[in-house]
Amino acid sequence: MTQMIDLRRRGLLRGSGITVLSASAVALLAGCERKAVAQSANGGAAANDVGILNTALALENEAISAYQLGAQSGLLQKPVLEVAVLFQTHHKEHRDALIATIRKLGGTPVAAKSDAEVAQALNASALKTQTDVLRLAQRLEKGAANAYIGVIPSFGDRNLAQVSARLAADEAMHWTVLTQALKDPLPAKALSFGA
Amino acid sequence: MRLPVLPLAMLALAAAADAAAADAAHGQELYESRCGGCHSLDANRVGPAHRGVYGRKAGSAPNFNYSSAVKSSTVVCEEKTLDAWLTNPQSLIPGQRMNFRVALPQDRADIIAYLRQQSGK
Repeated sequence: MTQMIDLRRRGLLRGSGITVLSASAVALLAGCERKAVAQSANGGAAANDVGILNTALALENEAISAYQLGAQSGLLQKPVLEVAVLFQTHHKEHRDALIATIRKLGGTPVAAKSDAEVAQALNASALKTQTDVLRLAQRLEKGAANAYIGVIPSFGDRNLAQVSARLAADEAMHWTVLTQALKDPLPAKALSFGA
Repeated sequence: MRLPVLPLAMLALAAAADAAAADAAHGQELYESRCGGCHSLDANRVGPAHRGVYGRKAGSAPNFNYSSAVKSSTVVCEEKTLDAWLTNPQSLIPGQRMNFRVALPQDRADIIAYLRQQSGK
């Protein structure tokens, strides 16, 4: 399954000959393109925005590896496995959009850690059941949503702040699906994210 | 007239102290939900490992690739500096890479209390 994920992606890239942004990545960036030029005149704010985006990119890279580890573990059964693979593709699209934006702003995207490094940092060897994998994914998705919400006030470019909110919404959607799969109760109170 | 004033003032002070009392247990919940996307206590991830952070110099967690701004900072992580960091990291150390903000003073105090507890301080 893991190989299929990677091969499918490699096939797409090979077919096009170049790394092409997905349609959703292009859409995500659409509001930011005209800002990129203006931002170059405001180096400090742009540099700080690049820093935020690179931290977000590191978070997305970790999520991609985490879902890879989950898919490789043999612990996920259909249809959970298919959902995990879908969520991984979302994170890959986030990654691609972030890389493109960082480059547009004149920055250098951070490199991803290896799956093995991420496995060690997340103590993946302790995952023994499908529920363990889902709990880890649920925890990471909530943390990611909250991270995107928590950096919104720091963006110099309001369009990027909006992108951050959209990314947070994707992570919150992932968290909700995982929470349902785990049969956990939904939050009793409103405004449960960012709090 | 003066007698009731003092008790009222003391009550107000006591209420303020209660509101400001840091709750490490709540801080743990906040840490896991709001910091856990990037941080763990014992592993360097997107951000550095946090066990032992309270009382140590910023940028000194072993084997973490800090920004040059944080690495060269002279900030020591304790009550005031961590509060300033969580309020607006860029104001405390320009050029840092975290940028995550915690808006409410009580939430910041609770997270700091948890980090302090986990640092054995």
